[in-house]
Amino acid sequence: MFDVHTALDGASFDGAIRVAELTGQGMIALRGDLGDATLRDAVSALTGHDIPAPLHAAWSGEVTTVWMSPDELLILLSYADAAGAARDLQGKLAGIHALVHDMSDARSLFRLTGPALRDTLAKLTPADVSPAGLPVGMARRTRLAQVPGAFFLRDAQTADLVCFRSVARYVFDLLKTAADPAGRVGYFEGFPEP
Amino acid sequence: MLTLQCPYCGVQCDETELTAGGEAHLTRHGPGSDADTFEQYLFLRENPRGVHFERWRHSHGCGKWFHAARSTTTLRVFGTYKAQTTEPPQQIRDAISAVHPGWSWRNFGETA
Repeated sequence: MFDVHTALDGASFDGAIRVAELTGQGMIALRGDLGDATLRDAVSALTGHDIPAPLHAAWSGEVTTVWMSPDELLILLSYADAAGAARDLQGKLAGIHALVHDMSDARSLFRLTGPALRDTLAKLTPADVSPAGLPVGMARRTRLAQVPGAFFLRDAQTADLVCFRSVARYVFDLLKTAADPAGRVGYFEGFPEP
Repeated sequence: MLTLQCPYCGVQCDETELTAGGEAHLTRHGPGSDADTFEQYLFLRENPRGVHFERWRHSHGCGKWFHAARSTTTLRVFGTYKAQTTEPPQQIRDAISAVHPGWSWRNFGETA
């Protein structure tokens, strides 16, 4: 068996927030009619929870489902399970118009933790990251400086951020600069969480 | 800065999350059409001072194409709507009429 290397081999940075690349992370991209009962049942059986509402993420145990577009979901699970789960899902969806692919090696996932989370994100994206605009559980697919990225909050001080593997170094460097302790903004830190 | 609401996912998109796709509601004339209609389709574009219909793609988001109606002079946005249509929906026309009575754009307008 070969060793799996993520783009940055789990690099991390401690500044105004902690930025860490998650290793051992698998991802399955699913496109199809999210209203289809067969698809919904197959996804729920795999993930252990219902398909998230539009613009939201749902998780239980080690598995997270992120709503990416009206016809696309991203399922986050362990790297070891991803290939098998994608095959199973493909089999269950064989009769309907859907596309399943193991994207584990195509994208990178970062975990951001700390109270300055919203201020750090706000430096990089045009998306509304205020507690009202991005409550816990909401997922936003947007732009991080010059590249596409998506993020969602697991709790008020923890966010997961997804980007393409090819730009993982760029995104990590961006986050390091934005999370420089000397550049702390402190704007959203006083905002009450809804 | 222009902010448009994506009619598919409902996100308020910043202009930089979108890709402009040119004029909306073009009818394609391909091989077999006569030279005049082909020229019309391929080259002749509206460049109005005022009400305009455009295509946009939510490229840093859900990836869907949609249409937007806005004014090129005031940047006022009259609304956005899904691309699975060949003409602006009535509510968009009403929103434009409320601000620009007697407006017209190609073969759409109050009098058309």
